[in-house]
Amino acid sequence: MSQNVDTGKRRFLTAAASVVGGAGAVAVAVPFVSSMLPSAKAQAAGAPVEVDISQLEKGQLITVEWQGKPVWLFRRSDEAIANLASLDSNLVDPDSQLATQQPDYCQNEARSIRDEVMVMVGVCTHLGCSPTYRPELAPEDLGPNWKGGFFCPCHGSRYDLAGRVFLNMPAPKNMLVPPYRFNGDNSVIVGENYEGAA
Amino acid sequence: MFSGFMNWVDARFPASKLFREHLSEYYAPKNFNFWYFFGSLALLVLVLQIVTGIFLTMNYKPDAALAFASVEYIMRDVEWGWLIRYMHSTGASAFFVVVYLHMFRGLMYGSFKQPRELVWIFGMLIYLVLMGEAFMGYLLPWGQMSYWGAQVIISLFGAIPFIGPDLALWIRGDFVIADATLNRFFAFHVIALPIVLLGLVAAHIIALHEVGSNNPDGIDIKKLKDENGIPLDGIPFHPYYTVKDLVGVIVFLFIFSLVLFYLPEMGGLFLEAPNFIPADPLKTPEHIAPVWYFTPYYAILRAIPSIGGSAFPGVLAMGLSIVFLFLLPWLDRSPVRSIRYRGPYFKIALTIFVISFLFLGYLGTQSSSDITFGISNTLHSQIFTGLYFAFFIFMPVYTKFDKDKVVPERVTD
Repeated sequence: MSQNVDTGKRRFLTAAASVVGGAGAVAVAVPFVSSMLPSAKAQAAGAPVEVDISQLEKGQLITVEWQGKPVWLFRRSDEAIANLASLDSNLVDPDSQLATQQPDYCQNEARSIRDEVMVMVGVCTHLGCSPTYRPELAPEDLGPNWKGGFFCPCHGSRYDLAGRVFLNMPAPKNMLVPPYRFNGDNSVIVGENYEGAA
Repeated sequence: MFSGFMNWVDARFPASKLFREHLSEYYAPKNFNFWYFFGSLALLVLVLQIVTGIFLTMNYKPDAALAFASVEYIMRDVEWGWLIRYMHSTGASAFFVVVYLHMFRGLMYGSFKQPRELVWIFGMLIYLVLMGEAFMGYLLPWGQMSYWGAQVIISLFGAIPFIGPDLALWIRGDFVIADATLNRFFAFHVIALPIVLLGLVAAHIIALHEVGSNNPDGIDIKKLKDENGIPLDGIPFHPYYTVKDLVGVIVFLFIFSLVLFYLPEMGGLFLEAPNFIPADPLKTPEHIAPVWYFTPYYAILRAIPSIGGSAFPGVLAMGLSIVFLFLLPWLDRSPVRSIRYRGPYFKIALTIFVISFLFLGYLGTQSSSDITFGISNTLHSQIFTGLYFAFFIFMPVYTKFDKDKVVPERVTD
C-alpha cells in the first residue's frame, strides 16, 4: 500500500475512536451499576408502623421492625429521666445539636416527645450493630457510674437512656430518633411525623 | 503413537512448549526449604474450594428465607453433604493459613524486592480478592454472625466521607442487609470473584516464571549459568519440585483431614457459634468477632477512636494497614533480600511486626473492654497498631542503615 502513512491522522482517529468507545462502555455500565441500587419494591417497603404501648411497663423495652431496622420503644422511670441531666458533661452531644440524629420536635434533654416514652432506632452509629439494653444501675462490667443505658457488644460504645453517646467511644454520634407521633395515649406510629406543639 | 498425537497437538496448540517453559525447563533454585511448600498448597486449596463450592451450589438456596435451612439441609439430608460443606468451610481457613505463611516467606526472604515487585503486587491483589471472597461467602449461611458481620463490614464503607452512605446503600441493595444483599453476595462469591481470582493467579505465576523464583538465600541464580544457559544453582521444577511438593501435599492433607473430621469448627474460630442461629435483624449477638483471619485488621479498626463525629479514621487505618503491604518493595532500601544476610535492625523489626500481627489477631477475637496483663484491650490494640505501622513507616530508614552481611555468589544448601 501507500508508503507515506499519515501517522498524525492515524493517531487522531485512534484516539477519537477510543474516546467514543470509552464513552459507550461507560454508558453501558450505567444500567448494570444502577441495577444494584434498592429496587422499587425495596423502596416501597418503608411504611409506618403502629405500636401499642399500653402494656409497656416502666423500664421495659420492646423492639419493633421499621424499614427493616430495629426500633426500640421503652418507658423511662422518673429517676432515669432525672439522671439524664447529670450525665451531660460526659457526653459528645448532650444537647442533641446534630440535627440529623433526631427530628426537631425531639431536640430536648430527653430526646423525646414525652419524657417517659423513648423511641429510637436501635442501631449503633459506629458500624451498625444493635446495642444491648442495660437499664440496671452500676453493674459490675460497666462500672459504678453506670446509670442505665445501652452498651454496644461489637466495639464497646456506650449510650445513656436517651441514646446519647458518651465521650471517647468508637461511636461518633447519638443514636437516631426516627420520626414518630402519638396516636392517642397508648399508641405510637413510627415513621410518621409529629405535628403541632406538645 | 503418543508422540504422533503430541506432534499433531503442538502444531495447533503450544502444549509441549508450555509444559517445558513452566515445568520441565523452568529452573528453580535448588535450595528451596520448608517455606516454599505454601505456593503450591495455596493452588491446591484453591482447587479444593472451587470443586466443593460447585457441589454446594447444587443444594444451597441464595434466598433470605431459605438460605439458613438449605445449609442445614446440606449438613443433614444431602448424601455426604456435611463432608463437602466442612471441606469448604475448613478450606477457607486453610487457605488463609497457607497464604499467610506464603506471605511471611516473602517477607523473610525478600521475595517482594526487585525484580519481583509485580509478583508481590499480583499476590497482594489475590489476597484482597480472597478477603472479599471469604467475607461474602460468610454471609451465605445467613446465620447471626453472617448477618452482623456483614452489617459491620458494609458500614465501614458507610463511614467514608461524602459518598459513604450512598455507597453502602448501593452495596446492600436495600436499606438494611436483606435478601438483595444475600443474592448479590452469592453472585459475587460463586462467579465474579472466582474468575478474577483465577486471572490473578495466572498473572502471579506468569510474572514469577518471567523473573524466576527467589530462594532462601535471596541470590539471583540467573547470574551464574553453565554452557547451556542453565543456572548452576537451578534444577528443573518438574520432576524435582513437583515430587517434593507432593510430599508437602500429603502432610498438608493429613493435617487438613484431622481438622476436617475432628475439629471442623475449631472451637468457634472457623465456624462461630452464633452462626448456628438464623440471622435476626433485630438482635445483635452478645459478642461479635470476625473469623480469625480478619481479626488483626478488626483490632486495628477498633483501636482508632472516632474523630470529629466520624468513624472514618478507624476505617482509614484499616485500609492503610493493607495499602502499606502493597508498598513494601519501595519501602525496603536494603540491597540484600534474604533475612540470612540482613543486619539486626530488619530482624528485630520483622519479629516485632509478626508479634504485633499475631497479638492484634488475638485482640480482635476478644471484647475490647476486657483487661489483659493489667491494661485494657483497647490500649493494647493501640500500642500494637502503632508497632504494626512502625514496621512500614520506618522501613526506609532501618533497612538503609542496617549492617547487612556479604551475600555469597552461590546458594548455600
